[in-house]
Amino acid sequence: MNVVFYISGAVAVLTTAIAITRRNAAHALLYLVVSLLSVALVFFTLGAPFAAALEVIIYAGAIMVLFIFVIMMLNPAGGERAGDAPLRDWRLWIGPSILSAILGLELVYLFAGNVAGSTGAGEVVPVQVGVILLGPYVLGVELASILLLAALVSASHLGRRALPGEEENPEGKGGS
Amino acid sequence: MAQVPVEHGLMLAAVLFALGLVGVLARRNLLFILLSLEVMLNSAGLAFVVAGSHWQQPDGQILFLFILTVAAAEVSIGLALVLLFQHRHQSLNVDDASGMRG
Repeated sequence: MNVVFYISGAVAVLTTAIAITRRNAAHALLYLVVSLLSVALVFFTLGAPFAAALEVIIYAGAIMVLFIFVIMMLNPAGGERAGDAPLRDWRLWIGPSILSAILGLELVYLFAGNVAGSTGAGEVVPVQVGVILLGPYVLGVELASILLLAALVSASHLGRRALPGEEENPEGKGGS
Repeated sequence: MAQVPVEHGLMLAAVLFALGLVGVLARRNLLFILLSLEVMLNSAGLAFVVAGSHWQQPDGQILFLFILTVAAAEVSIGLALVLLFQHRHQSLNVDDASGMRG
Protein backbone atom coordinates (compact mmCIF):
# COMPACT_ATOMS: atom_id res chain seq x y z
CA MET A 1 0.00 0.00 0.00
CA ASN A 2 2.60 2.46 -1.09
CA VAL A 3 0.13 5.11 -2.15
CA VAL A 4 -1.31 5.31 1.36
CA PHE A 5 2.18 5.84 2.74
CA TYR A 6 2.93 8.67 0.35
CA ILE A 7 -0.39 10.46 0.82
CA SER A 8 -0.09 10.18 4.61
CA GLY A 9 3.47 11.45 4.50
CA ALA A 10 2.45 14.41 2.36
CA VAL A 11 -0.39 15.23 4.75
CA ALA A 12 2.01 14.96 7.70
CA VAL A 13 4.50 17.37 6.16
CA LEU A 14 1.81 19.79 5.06
CA THR A 15 0.03 19.92 8.41
CA THR A 16 3.28 20.21 10.35
CA ALA A 17 4.36 23.11 8.17
CA ILE A 18 1.01 24.80 8.75
CA ALA A 19 1.12 24.09 12.48
CA ILE A 20 4.46 25.75 13.14
CA THR A 21 3.49 28.87 11.23
CA ARG A 22 0.12 29.61 12.86
CA ARG A 23 -0.29 32.64 15.09
CA ASN A 24 -3.04 31.18 17.22
CA ALA A 25 -1.84 28.28 19.36
CA ALA A 26 -5.21 26.52 19.32
CA HIS A 27 -5.32 26.50 15.51
CA ALA A 28 -1.76 25.17 15.42
CA LEU A 29 -2.78 22.37 17.77
CA LEU A 30 -5.64 21.39 15.45
CA TYR A 31 -3.21 20.94 12.58
CA LEU A 32 -0.66 19.19 14.76
CA VAL A 33 -3.25 16.60 15.80
CA VAL A 34 -3.93 15.88 12.13
CA SER A 35 -0.19 15.60 11.56
CA LEU A 36 0.16 13.07 14.39
CA LEU A 37 -2.78 11.07 13.05
CA SER A 38 -1.18 10.91 9.62
CA VAL A 39 2.11 9.77 11.15
CA ALA A 40 0.11 7.06 12.90
CA LEU A 41 -1.23 6.00 9.51
CA VAL A 42 2.35 5.92 8.21
CA PHE A 43 3.24 3.57 11.06
CA PHE A 44 0.27 1.42 10.17
CA THR A 45 1.34 1.13 6.54
CA LEU A 46 4.88 0.31 7.65
CA GLY A 47 3.54 -2.72 9.51
CA ALA A 48 3.77 -1.33 13.04
CA PRO A 49 0.18 -1.33 14.34
CA PHE A 50 1.25 -1.15 17.99
CA ALA A 51 3.23 2.03 17.38
CA ALA A 52 0.30 3.46 15.42
CA ALA A 53 -2.08 2.84 18.30
CA LEU A 54 0.33 4.38 20.79
CA GLU A 55 0.77 7.40 18.53
CA VAL A 56 -2.97 8.03 18.49
CA ILE A 57 -3.54 7.30 22.18
CA ILE A 58 -0.56 9.03 23.77
CA TYR A 59 0.60 11.68 21.29
CA ALA A 60 -2.65 12.78 19.70
CA GLY A 61 -4.58 11.99 22.87
CA ALA A 62 -2.72 12.63 26.09
CA ILE A 63 0.03 15.05 25.10
CA MET A 64 -2.19 17.24 22.94
CA VAL A 65 -4.75 17.37 25.74
CA LEU A 66 -1.99 18.67 28.03
CA PHE A 67 -1.29 21.40 25.49
CA ILE A 68 -4.97 22.27 25.29
CA PHE A 69 -5.18 22.51 29.10
CA VAL A 70 -2.25 24.93 29.17
CA ILE A 71 -3.69 27.01 26.33
CA MET A 72 -6.99 27.20 28.19
CA MET A 73 -5.21 28.28 31.38
CA LEU A 74 -3.15 30.91 29.57
CA ASN A 75 -5.84 32.11 27.18
CA PRO A 76 -3.37 33.80 24.84
CA ALA A 77 -5.98 34.73 22.26
CA GLY A 78 -7.74 37.18 24.51
CA GLY A 79 -9.25 39.04 21.59
CA GLU A 80 -11.77 36.38 20.68
CA ARG A 81 -15.28 37.36 21.48
CA ALA A 82 -16.96 35.19 24.04
CA GLY A 83 -20.22 35.05 22.13
CA ASP A 84 -18.71 33.62 18.98
CA ALA A 85 -20.26 30.36 17.98
CA PRO A 86 -17.30 28.08 17.34
CA LEU A 87 -18.81 26.53 14.24
CA ARG A 88 -19.76 29.79 12.57
CA ASP A 89 -16.30 30.61 11.32
CA TRP A 90 -15.86 27.70 8.95
CA ARG A 91 -12.36 28.73 7.89
CA LEU A 92 -11.01 27.59 11.26
CA TRP A 93 -12.03 23.98 11.04
CA ILE A 94 -12.48 23.28 7.33
CA GLY A 95 -8.76 22.70 6.68
CA PRO A 96 -8.17 20.10 9.42
CA SER A 97 -11.51 18.49 8.59
CA ILE A 98 -10.64 17.98 4.93
CA LEU A 99 -7.22 16.57 5.78
CA SER A 100 -8.71 14.25 8.41
CA ALA A 101 -11.28 13.12 5.85
CA ILE A 102 -8.41 12.21 3.50
CA LEU A 103 -6.84 10.13 6.27
CA GLY A 104 -10.17 8.47 7.02
CA LEU A 105 -10.66 7.59 3.37
CA GLU A 106 -7.20 6.05 3.31
CA LEU A 107 -8.10 3.93 6.32
CA VAL A 108 -11.32 2.78 4.64
CA TYR A 109 -9.32 1.96 1.51
CA LEU A 110 -6.85 -0.08 3.57
CA PHE A 111 -9.53 -2.14 5.24
CA ALA A 112 -11.74 -2.47 2.18
CA GLY A 113 -8.72 -3.67 0.19
CA ASN A 114 -8.41 -6.54 2.64
CA VAL A 115 -4.68 -6.04 3.07
CA ALA A 116 -4.73 -6.16 6.87
CA GLY A 117 -2.66 -3.04 7.22
CA SER A 118 0.63 -4.42 6.11
CA THR A 119 2.79 -3.37 3.22
CA GLY A 120 3.13 -6.98 2.27
CA ALA A 121 6.53 -7.58 3.80
CA GLY A 122 5.02 -8.82 7.03
CA GLU A 123 4.13 -6.71 10.01
CA VAL A 124 5.61 -6.73 13.47
CA VAL A 125 2.64 -7.67 15.59
CA PRO A 126 2.17 -6.41 19.17
CA VAL A 127 2.89 -9.86 20.57
CA GLN A 128 6.46 -9.74 19.29
CA VAL A 129 6.88 -6.24 20.70
CA GLY A 130 5.59 -7.31 24.11
CA VAL A 131 7.79 -10.39 24.28
CA ILE A 132 10.93 -8.41 23.49
CA LEU A 133 9.89 -5.46 25.66
CA LEU A 134 9.56 -7.53 28.83
CA GLY A 135 12.48 -9.75 27.89
CA PRO A 136 15.80 -8.11 26.98
CA TYR A 137 14.42 -4.59 27.42
CA VAL A 138 12.96 -4.98 30.91
CA LEU A 139 15.66 -2.73 32.37
CA GLY A 140 14.56 0.00 29.97
CA VAL A 141 10.98 -0.37 31.18
CA GLU A 142 12.15 0.14 34.76
CA LEU A 143 14.18 3.18 33.75
CA ALA A 144 11.14 4.58 31.93
CA SER A 145 9.05 4.17 35.06
CA ILE A 146 11.69 6.00 37.12
CA LEU A 147 11.74 8.77 34.50
CA LEU A 148 7.97 9.12 34.68
CA LEU A 149 8.15 9.23 38.48
CA ALA A 150 10.77 11.98 38.28
CA ALA A 151 8.58 13.91 35.85
CA LEU A 152 5.61 13.52 38.20
CA VAL A 153 7.59 14.78 41.19
CA SER A 154 9.05 17.75 39.36
CA ALA A 155 5.75 18.76 37.76
CA SER A 156 4.11 18.58 41.16
CA HIS A 157 6.94 20.67 42.63
CA LEU A 158 6.72 23.30 39.89
CA GLY A 159 2.96 23.52 40.16
CA ARG A 160 2.63 23.77 43.93
CA ARG A 161 2.06 26.89 45.94
CA ALA A 162 4.23 27.85 48.87
CA LEU A 163 3.06 26.35 52.14
CA PRO A 164 1.98 28.81 54.87
CA GLY A 165 5.17 28.54 56.92
CA GLU A 166 7.49 28.61 53.94
CA GLU A 167 9.17 31.54 52.29
CA GLU A 168 7.18 32.74 49.32
CA ASN A 169 8.85 32.25 45.98
CA PRO A 170 10.11 35.57 44.66
CA GLU A 171 7.67 35.53 41.79
CA GLY A 172 6.57 38.70 40.17
CA LYS A 173 9.82 40.54 40.69
CA GLY A 174 11.65 38.34 38.24
CA GLY A 175 12.65 39.36 34.80
CA SER A 176 15.53 41.54 35.83
CA MET B 1 2.69 -5.24 -3.39
CA ALA B 2 6.08 -3.63 -3.08
CA GLN B 3 7.28 -2.33 0.22
CA VAL B 4 7.98 1.33 0.74
CA PRO B 5 11.73 1.94 0.30
CA VAL B 6 13.41 2.63 3.59
CA GLU B 7 14.98 5.78 2.13
CA HIS B 8 11.58 7.35 1.62
CA GLY B 9 10.57 6.69 5.21
CA LEU B 10 13.80 8.16 6.49
CA MET B 11 13.36 11.14 4.18
CA LEU B 12 9.91 11.78 5.64
CA ALA B 13 11.41 11.63 9.13
CA ALA B 14 14.17 14.04 8.10
CA VAL B 15 11.70 16.52 6.62
CA LEU B 16 9.54 16.42 9.74
CA PHE B 17 12.63 16.85 11.92
CA ALA B 18 13.74 19.84 9.84
CA LEU B 19 10.30 21.42 10.16
CA GLY B 20 10.45 21.00 13.93
CA LEU B 21 13.95 22.47 14.00
CA VAL B 22 12.79 25.48 11.98
CA GLY B 23 9.94 25.91 14.44
CA VAL B 24 12.28 25.84 17.43
CA LEU B 25 14.67 28.31 15.85
CA ALA B 26 12.21 30.70 14.24
CA ARG B 27 9.37 30.96 16.73
CA ARG B 28 9.71 33.09 19.83
CA ASN B 29 6.59 31.83 21.56
CA LEU B 30 7.44 29.31 24.27
CA LEU B 31 4.36 27.22 23.56
CA PHE B 32 5.27 26.89 19.89
CA ILE B 33 8.83 25.95 20.78
CA LEU B 34 7.54 23.09 22.93
CA LEU B 35 5.21 22.08 20.13
CA SER B 36 8.08 21.98 17.64
CA LEU B 37 10.11 19.91 20.10
CA GLU B 38 7.28 17.40 20.06
CA VAL B 39 7.44 17.30 16.26
CA MET B 40 11.19 16.61 16.42
CA LEU B 41 10.82 13.82 18.98
CA ASN B 42 8.02 12.32 16.93
CA SER B 43 10.12 12.33 13.77
CA ALA B 44 12.96 10.60 15.64
CA GLY B 45 10.46 7.92 16.65
CA LEU B 46 9.33 7.67 13.05
CA ALA B 47 12.90 6.99 11.97
CA PHE B 48 13.14 4.19 14.54
CA VAL B 49 9.89 2.61 13.37
CA VAL B 50 10.99 2.84 9.73
CA ALA B 51 14.24 1.09 10.55
CA GLY B 52 12.48 -1.54 12.64
CA SER B 53 10.06 -2.20 9.81
CA HIS B 54 12.90 -2.46 7.32
CA TRP B 55 14.64 -5.20 9.28
CA GLN B 56 11.40 -6.80 10.49
CA GLN B 57 12.46 -6.44 14.11
CA PRO B 58 10.31 -5.25 17.02
CA ASP B 59 13.19 -3.21 18.47
CA GLY B 60 12.21 -0.14 16.49
CA GLN B 61 8.77 -0.03 18.06
CA ILE B 62 10.26 -0.52 21.52
CA LEU B 63 12.60 2.42 21.03
CA PHE B 64 9.58 4.40 19.84
CA LEU B 65 7.89 3.47 23.11
CA PHE B 66 10.85 4.85 25.08
CA ILE B 67 10.85 8.05 23.01
CA LEU B 68 7.15 8.36 23.78
CA THR B 69 7.94 8.12 27.50
CA VAL B 70 10.61 10.78 27.22
CA ALA B 71 8.24 13.03 25.26
CA ALA B 72 5.50 12.66 27.85
CA ALA B 73 7.87 13.45 30.71
CA GLU B 74 9.38 16.38 28.82
CA VAL B 75 6.07 17.92 27.89
CA SER B 76 4.62 17.69 31.39
CA ILE B 77 7.59 19.50 32.93
CA GLY B 78 7.82 21.89 30.00
CA LEU B 79 4.20 22.95 30.27
CA ALA B 80 4.56 23.46 34.03
CA LEU B 81 7.51 25.73 33.23
CA VAL B 82 5.38 27.55 30.62
CA LEU B 83 2.81 28.32 33.31
CA LEU B 84 5.53 29.60 35.66
CA PHE B 85 7.01 31.68 32.85
CA GLN B 86 3.67 33.28 32.08
CA HIS B 87 3.12 33.97 35.78
CA ARG B 88 6.50 35.63 36.12
CA HIS B 89 6.83 37.59 32.87
CA GLN B 90 3.21 38.04 31.80
CA SER B 91 4.17 36.92 28.31
CA LEU B 92 5.35 33.81 26.46
CA ASN B 93 8.18 35.46 24.55
CA VAL B 94 11.41 33.61 25.30
CA ASP B 95 13.40 36.79 24.72
CA ASP B 96 11.97 38.07 28.00
CA ALA B 97 14.03 35.41 29.74
CA SER B 98 17.34 36.25 28.08
CA GLY B 99 18.80 37.79 31.25
CA MET B 100 19.80 36.16 34.51
CA ARG B 101 19.24 37.47 38.00
CA GLY B 102 22.26 38.93 39.77
